Amino acid sequence: MASTAKFWREQAARYNLEGTRCLTCGSFFFPPRAICPRCRRKGEIVPYRFKGTGEVITYTTVHQAPRNLNRQIPYTLAIIRLDEGTQLLSEVICDPEEIHTGMRVRAVFRKLGEEGERGIIYYGTKFVPILQT
Amino acid sequence: MRKVAIIGIGNTPFGELWDRSFRDIAVEAGVKAIEDAGISGDEVEALYGGNMSAGRFVEQEHIGALIADYSGLAELHIPATRVEAACASGGLALHLAFLAVASGWYDIVIAAGVEKMTDVSEDVANDLLVSSVDREWEAICGATLPALFAQMARAHMQKYGTTEEQMAKVAAKNHANAVHNPIAQYRRQLSIDAVLASPIVADPLHMLDCSSIADGASAVVLCPAEDARRYTDSPIYVKASVQASDSIALHDRREITTMDATVFAAREAYKRASIEPSQISVAEVHDSYTIAEIMAIEDLGFFDKGKGGVATLEGETEIGGKIPINPSGGLKACGHPLGATGIRQVTEIVTQLRGEAGKRQVPDASTGLTHNIGGTGGTAIVHILSTT
Repeated sequence: MASTAKFWREQAARYNLEGTRCLTCGSFFFPPRAICPRCRRKGEIVPYRFKGTGEVITYTTVHQAPRNLNRQIPYTLAIIRLDEGTQLLSEVICDPEEIHTGMRVRAVFRKLGEEGERGIIYYGTKFVPILQT
Repeated sequence: MRKVAIIGIGNTPFGELWDRSFRDIAVEAGVKAIEDAGISGDEVEALYGGNMSAGRFVEQEHIGALIADYSGLAELHIPATRVEAACASGGLALHLAFLAVASGWYDIVIAAGVEKMTDVSEDVANDLLVSSVDREWEAICGATLPALFAQMARAHMQKYGTTEEQMAKVAAKNHANAVHNPIAQYRRQLSIDAVLASPIVADPLHMLDCSSIADGASAVVLCPAEDARRYTDSPIYVKASVQASDSIALHDRREITTMDATVFAAREAYKRASIEPSQISVAEVHDSYTIAEIMAIEDLGFFDKGKGGVATLEGETEIGGKIPINPSGGLKACGHPLGATGIRQVTEIVTQLRGEAGKRQVPDASTGLTHNIGGTGGTAIVHILSTT
């Protein structure tokens, strides 16, 4: 069983999509990076809270997964390009038939999993479709 | 730098080896390689062992010393080093052994790969596989290895028109080759329809698009090329040995349908060997998932980007085709004991170049390539081998 600190120290990033950006070249990073791969020592890294909107680049619906990933089968995963330009992987809460490349999505706060019946419950960000009007 | 030759190879059978332990299979492969090289064993000056996760599969670390010890080398006090690069651990062991011989520091060196995966439940083994990608920012979000490769497959299908049938053909072709490979876990035919009818793991990938959990070990013996004929009449020369890395997480890559680590390692390997992709007679590539073979044969320069699926379905990667891929049966049909695979691939190319592959022999094979990746492509290792 993992320690509570493992989840606690990533809370800002997992709860609030807090990453970093490089003021030298303008690149955004999620999860936060301390070193800009383009500027390296010339980079100036500052915290940045992502707006939480983006679009689906690719996706899959998972029908088999190890038990300790704590997921109800099936679930849908996607690589999402945030509007700031950086990409991340997330569960997308939607009908598996609904998801498609280019779909607009937004971040929501959700339970990610739990460390067994007596362990801690850990939370983070998932994404949902942005309703088109 | 000196030229380097492979003078001996050895493999255990790959599969569920209930009667054999981690150390049993490591020693079996090593002894077979030493016997094949025609040496007695006390000539060995160093050992590199590729292994991904003995600590979690069999709760044993410090396996460099363990393998040397149970190989009867403890009293020689040779340096014995375990190396890890997820599923590319075997390829990495060979790369480091190559550097050790090429540099002139050692003459006779063993590179081995070993993984004992069936002492834990399938569920635990599948979870350990996820350690090869980003545990904190992929796995915690629900990513499994098949789920990540499925997203590559989806992107490849949408960008290039690759089909599920083309991916299934990779599995069918590799199983047909494995029928003639005595060490393969699955020595039986598999039809495209059977792949497509198997349950979905992560769409569009079916269960039979995925390589299997297995136990196995492989080893090769290296020496300076100038000494090789002292030991064997059919030395195989290592023309290039290149390792490359990329971002650990798939979502951080420049492009989802290409593995830049493979592209980089291959380009460098061709340059060092002074050859073109078209001069390769046979290749063993990392088909942990069927889409991975399609992406590999493109990234290695055998086919234009996006044409790998069509080429596969048309039979161009079968034995007798334009460029035979995975005559051993690949990871798909040999089984994929993580750390062993990179060395097992090399033993197949050596067997092919020696002309000893029997019914799976690629005619007139003179130059071969191996391609071993870790995780979803965070590491790629390419070797080019030749008879001259």
